[in-house]
Amino acid sequence: MSASYCGVDIGASATKVVLVDADAAVLARVVRPSGVDYAAVARACLDEAVAMGGNGPSVTVSTGYGRSNVDFADETRTEIHCHGRGCFHAVGRAVTVVDIGGQDNKVISLDDQGKRLEFRMNRKCAAGTGAFIEEIALRLDLDVGELDALAAAAGKSVRLGSFCTVFSKTEILSHLRNGEPVEGIVRGAFESVVERIVEMDPLEGLVAATGGVVAHNPTIVEIIADRLGREVIVPEAPQFTGALGAALTARSLDTGHPDNGKG
Amino acid sequence: MGDKPAGAIKKIQATGLMRKLMGAYFQDLDQAARTGDRKIAWCTSVGPAELLRSFGFLVYFPENHGAVLGSSRMAADLIPAANARGYSPDICSYLTSDVGSYLKQQTPLIQAFGMAGLPKADVLVYNTNQCRDVQDWLAFYRREWDVPLIGIDTQRGLGDITRDHLDGLVAQHKALIPTLEEISGRAFDLDRLKEVVASSYRCTLMWKKVLRLAAHKPSPITFFDGTIHMGPAVVLRGTPEAEQYYEVLIAELEQRIADGIAAVDEERHRYYWEGMPVWGKLRDHAELFAVQRACVVASTYCNSWIFEPLGCDDPFEGMARSYTELFIVRSEDFKERYLKTMFETYGIAGIIYHDAKTCPNNSNCRYGMPQRLTHETGVPYVTINGDLNDLRLYSEEQANTQFEALAEQLREGA
Repeated sequence: MSASYCGVDIGASATKVVLVDADAAVLARVVRPSGVDYAAVARACLDEAVAMGGNGPSVTVSTGYGRSNVDFADETRTEIHCHGRGCFHAVGRAVTVVDIGGQDNKVISLDDQGKRLEFRMNRKCAAGTGAFIEEIALRLDLDVGELDALAAAAGKSVRLGSFCTVFSKTEILSHLRNGEPVEGIVRGAFESVVERIVEMDPLEGLVAATGGVVAHNPTIVEIIADRLGREVIVPEAPQFTGALGAALTARSLDTGHPDNGKG
Repeated sequence: MGDKPAGAIKKIQATGLMRKLMGAYFQDLDQAARTGDRKIAWCTSVGPAELLRSFGFLVYFPENHGAVLGSSRMAADLIPAANARGYSPDICSYLTSDVGSYLKQQTPLIQAFGMAGLPKADVLVYNTNQCRDVQDWLAFYRREWDVPLIGIDTQRGLGDITRDHLDGLVAQHKALIPTLEEISGRAFDLDRLKEVVASSYRCTLMWKKVLRLAAHKPSPITFFDGTIHMGPAVVLRGTPEAEQYYEVLIAELEQRIADGIAAVDEERHRYYWEGMPVWGKLRDHAELFAVQRACVVASTYCNSWIFEPLGCDDPFEGMARSYTELFIVRSEDFKERYLKTMFETYGIAGIIYHDAKTCPNNSNCRYGMPQRLTHETGVPYVTINGDLNDLRLYSEEQANTQFEALAEQLREGA
């Protein structure tokens, strides 16, 4: 059996594992809620991925907030590095990566060789992140899985004006009292997420969106594209972009393949 | 590499002497507060301390106490007491920490130096060159103690400093004299002021030399060391003790250079820190950067206690210029020119901007400066959100990820 390389991305909400082979082809993808025992969840994801993908990894790189908790990782990299690496592998040209995660947002600019030019992270508050969307779902008594269809079907958007997640929830109470439709409020929440993103960076050039929020809520990508007035691309399996970047980095560590660029 | 693990902080031997000097300084203040044998002036950290010393006042700096409260991580317990008295959590957390300390009668100075508490002021003296908060801060104590509050109002955002600016500031300094004469019971003595200013000037030159030694590659000192060893330049400038201390420190750092000893083993990356320290995280930050083989070699903060115009013939002119030509008082264009010079002087590879929530005047990342400077110089930057004292405003994970990502970016670009 050929060598495989593992990337583990322990995010605030979900843990993602990707296995790639020596040619950088994806062998397996696994995602589970991060829960409270990061090390155990990472191990369970790896076991499941190996069961799907054949053999255990030669090298593992971990990333995300829980990157230091992966006891089988050979090295760690930041999610800034891994999302950039994973996205460039898919896109292969200069790109601005917008990653919307459970706890933070990142904007990463890469040149046409995949080299990072600059990056930004959101300010410390949860506004505009997956945590914001989860809070809104809770306020509206909805499952987060229901939100995208509602936002897509909304005839009009109900604007949420506050930066603050808690204040936004209070605003929603007022909108509900005034009889505003739930789907319009959900769309307003999605637009609020996009507002927080476009405040971070001018988002010039080709833009790609990644992360779990994008994976589960494609309407957010449509709203970003509307705001920018141009297409926003989404790599395959966008929730796994960071884990893929970590797996590609693991491969580079073993093979000497450059740790940036495509493949 | 020596036998120390990566990330180990190398202790500067002069630290013991500094602690002794600082201890004596606080004990003098405590003695004066207990017995009334000498008058005490509270003063903002950037002037006009020399004028006060010339009248024989012991000078106490509440901003120094603010930093002590931040470093000791007591601030989060003290700030709410000030908030409850109407001092907003959005204003200077030095102020709210210090006022909370007074209200709760808690300060590390009691344990560290055996002080009875904060040394009560006979006069409160401010300069608004840094911010308006210092004036409101001292006004709290004016109300508590019914003692005079006097000060100097400095214009801010200055580009070129004109004769009119300086004449106004000289006049404001001189206008303080009658009140200081009355409280101190001493007549103003120009010769004594010249002596104090000359001593302050010698101290400033030595402090500058300490900081410029960090231009050596590898640097013998980090920004985090600097924030501690600037103590005498802040609270003892104008005294022989400060001058003696920096002679010792300079000798030690020059010896480090001669012996090839770096503050950070295998120094790979040289950073500039723009903004306030996160006082409660100094040690964590020092260790984190050392692990990454990164040395924060220079900062606006530590350089803000270099007052070279004190060397001019007229002490009033010297004070007026020193406390107005400062970075924090100046325009964005001036600040950008200054920073570009610093990046060149110190061979800076990366810039860290600290956006301190409660200190807007020391958060120079809020008007597009990082983007403009990086566009012009090509030096990458990160901006961390935090605060000088209020750790509730600091996200450790996000900051650490950004520090790591900056080091990764530099490695990838190497």
